[in-house]
Amino acid sequence: MLFTIAQFIKAAIIQGIPLLFGATGEIITEKSGNLNLGIPGIMYVGGISGIIGGYLYEHGNDNPVPILCILISLACSLMGSALMSLIYAFLTQTLKANQNVTGLALTTFGIGLGNFFGGSLLKFFGETGSISLLSTGLAYKKALPFADKLGLFGDTFLSFGFLAYLAIIIAIVSSLFLSRTRAGLNLRAIGENPATADAAGINITKYKYLSTIAGGMIAGLGGLYFVMDYTAGAWTNNGFGDRGWLAIAIVIFALWKPKSAIWSSFIFGGLYIICVYIPGLSSSAKEIIKMLPYLVTILVLIFISAKKKKEHQPPASLGLSYFREDR
Amino acid sequence: MSTPAIELKNITKTFGSITANKNICLTVNSGEILSLLGENGSGKTTLMNMLSGIYYPDAGQIFIDGKEAVIKSPKDAFDYKIGMIHQHFKLVDIFTAAENIVLGLKEDGKYNIKDVEKKVSEISARYGFDINPSKKIYEMSVSEKQTVEIIKVLYKGADILILDEPTAVLTPQETQKLFAVLRKMKEDGKAIVIITHKLHEVLDISDRVSVLRKGEYIGTLNTAETNEAELTEMMVGKKVSLDINRTEPENCEDRLTVQGLTCLNSDGVKVLDDISFTARSGEILGIAGIAGSGQKELLEAIAGLQKYDSGSIVYNDPKTGSAVNLKSKTPYQIKELGVRLSFVPEDRLGMGLVGNMDITDNMMLRSYRKGRGVFLKRSAPRELAKNIVKDLEVVTPGISTPVRRLSGGNVQKVLVGREISLSPTVLMTAYAVRGLDINSSYLIYNLLNSQKQKGVAVIFVGEDLDVLLELCDRILVLSSGTVSGIVDAKAATKEELGRLMTKNSKGGADNEQ
Ligand SMILES: Nc1ncnc2c1ncn2[C@@H]1O[C@H](COP(=O)(O)OP(=O)(O)OP(=O)(O)O)[C@@H](O)[C@H]1O
Ligand SMILES: [Mg+2]
Repeated sequence: MLFTIAQFIKAAIIQGIPLLFGATGEIITEKSGNLNLGIPGIMYVGGISGIIGGYLYEHGNDNPVPILCILISLACSLMGSALMSLIYAFLTQTLKANQNVTGLALTTFGIGLGNFFGGSLLKFFGETGSISLLSTGLAYKKALPFADKLGLFGDTFLSFGFLAYLAIIIAIVSSLFLSRTRAGLNLRAIGENPATADAAGINITKYKYLSTIAGGMIAGLGGLYFVMDYTAGAWTNNGFGDRGWLAIAIVIFALWKPKSAIWSSFIFGGLYIICVYIPGLSSSAKEIIKMLPYLVTILVLIFISAKKKKEHQPPASLGLSYFREDR
Repeated sequence: MSTPAIELKNITKTFGSITANKNICLTVNSGEILSLLGENGSGKTTLMNMLSGIYYPDAGQIFIDGKEAVIKSPKDAFDYKIGMIHQHFKLVDIFTAAENIVLGLKEDGKYNIKDVEKKVSEISARYGFDINPSKKIYEMSVSEKQTVEIIKVLYKGADILILDEPTAVLTPQETQKLFAVLRKMKEDGKAIVIITHKLHEVLDISDRVSVLRKGEYIGTLNTAETNEAELTEMMVGKKVSLDINRTEPENCEDRLTVQGLTCLNSDGVKVLDDISFTARSGEILGIAGIAGSGQKELLEAIAGLQKYDSGSIVYNDPKTGSAVNLKSKTPYQIKELGVRLSFVPEDRLGMGLVGNMDITDNMMLRSYRKGRGVFLKRSAPRELAKNIVKDLEVVTPGISTPVRRLSGGNVQKVLVGREISLSPTVLMTAYAVRGLDINSSYLIYNLLNSQKQKGVAVIFVGEDLDVLLELCDRILVLSSGTVSGIVDAKAATKEELGRLMTKNSKGGADNEQ
């Protein structure tokens, strides 16, 4: 029994990590007032760019060095998601395009891009089969050295690859950034009331671009974690599923607080796979249980709207574009 | 003569087809308070926004301390030590006072909100402000918010201070406090520009007055050598008679009878305590009182927007002759009976108007239930919009301009005009002339008068005692939620009203809001 629970916790954490990356990234973005619904697509791109980088390196090398495997795929992943969020920032901030439309288009595009390269990367190099980056996957999955000496505890909490810890560190650092630094204060002001922030002399364009790109890069790491650690370097089309949307739901559930996103992600990760741990479920019951995270999110939305506590509301100008001379 | 702190030369600014400012020249000296005067929509806010970096002029030059300045953004404005307090506050609601004050600053050293709070307290002590730096903005009253705005500017060390209608929503006591601060800043050698529509304030606080009319610069006078009549004439461009033509009430019938109205707020404090009075048709009943003495609650109780704990409100329907108890009616039913409320809130766009919609659409918001059929009929509201624009002299390129583009005062004319146009039997207005220029204020007074002559029971909540005495037939004075007297406006004096207003209250303006 204890073992099953430990297994479940471990699985919930594993499921939660990509969600945590996505949620933290989206929170950083939304704090600037940009509602980036392109995050699910960006996470796909973060995954596939990492795969492409990893493949190019592994493919041309008989003896891939683990650290290079990581560095190259990581850099490619970050570049891919940065580029996607740059498109979003440019369209919504510089060209004042509608944020929802832009985001949704980007998600469709990102998923398509992922599936396209996922399906045809090997063909470009005249190979057949499906993508599987053994060395890179192994490098990412390497657990903390002392994990296996600590028994059940070590196995449950310390047996993850480095990206899992990075997710938690990024969430904590983001939280400190938002609450304890001048730049964090300025960023939050922009999301709440851009006209005020502008009148206070804050460079809104700069902040919106930077936070959107940084947020996208963080979210993209979620896709990278999924393909490199969770599936150990293998790509399956649409394998990432609806996790991107789940990450956006977590943003609401965590009330736009990166620290709360940590445990929220693990809860959502748990809900995502709990059906596997309940014996004797029919397949329709499984689907209903998979719906739980969204249901919980709707309940949270109802709850915060009813309570009207100012601190629990989304950034007040979320989704709106700002133009100084307009009033 | 020393070089002026600000010198504007031939400034022009257009928005599409509107020329908001045309070849404007203006100087402000250090250690002086300049008052900028002009009708609603004459371009005052626009001109000042070019100093604070919100707008950039199409043509013309700005000199700060004798050197030409290019102010492209609010940040540039800070670098020239210009601080502006905007007509609509620029504060982040969910931040504390201190957080709002340091927003956007690039101070050296580690960011520590405690240090900021200490520095804010120091500034408060020096100028005599009373503010809690760690209080959230959304918990603050208007005058507290304004204090935060002023400290914000002082904290940044501004030498030039611009205040856009700072007194529009302040009580007379709060205004006096603000003026004391401004005089102190003037002694410190700062250059101050203040925009206000209240001429007695202009005469009270400023050293010189500059007047704008329809986007053009008209002239500058020394305050000591001018008077209200001359300033009004400069502003409007022609001699205007500032008289209210009060007629004797005719055919008075009891229209609304309020008996023993008592109302508790969420903390269990009585905001209305045993209020009784009658509003009669063909008569203007004024309501005087220090802000927050229960005016809002009283009007809202009548309109059905505020629950009350005991007492009754009875409406005598002129159509059927029957008496209707309003307690059992919904706000919509009360409105349909002809009881109309136009409450001008502190945030004009917040209540009753949709900023993104044009004037016609905003008219329809109140009458859309009238038409039959699936499609909305736009012809009637369009006519109405045209009439309001004409009657109230709304400055707008057309009736299809989104309301948020209008100047502050013109937004308000639309709001008040709409309520008056709905041919009510009881018309309640609160602070109807907040932010309106003197000419428009008199337009509104005369409109209310003509409503009265039509047999409407008008209830007028006002701030200016002189106006109350001149416009109303009877004046009910509220003091801490009770009726401290109902006087005949023709016989009463300002002193008498003032005494009644503070009769029951313990600390004057301090226990409001
Ligand atoms: N951003 C804008 N876009 C379009 N028109 C504008 C804009 N800002 C101001 N205007 C127009 O310019 C004119 C001047 O407006 P402004 O706000 O400067 O008037 P004001 O003198 O401050 O009036 P008030 O006393 O009513 O505040 C108005 O006709 C207004 O509709
Ligand atoms: Mg103005």
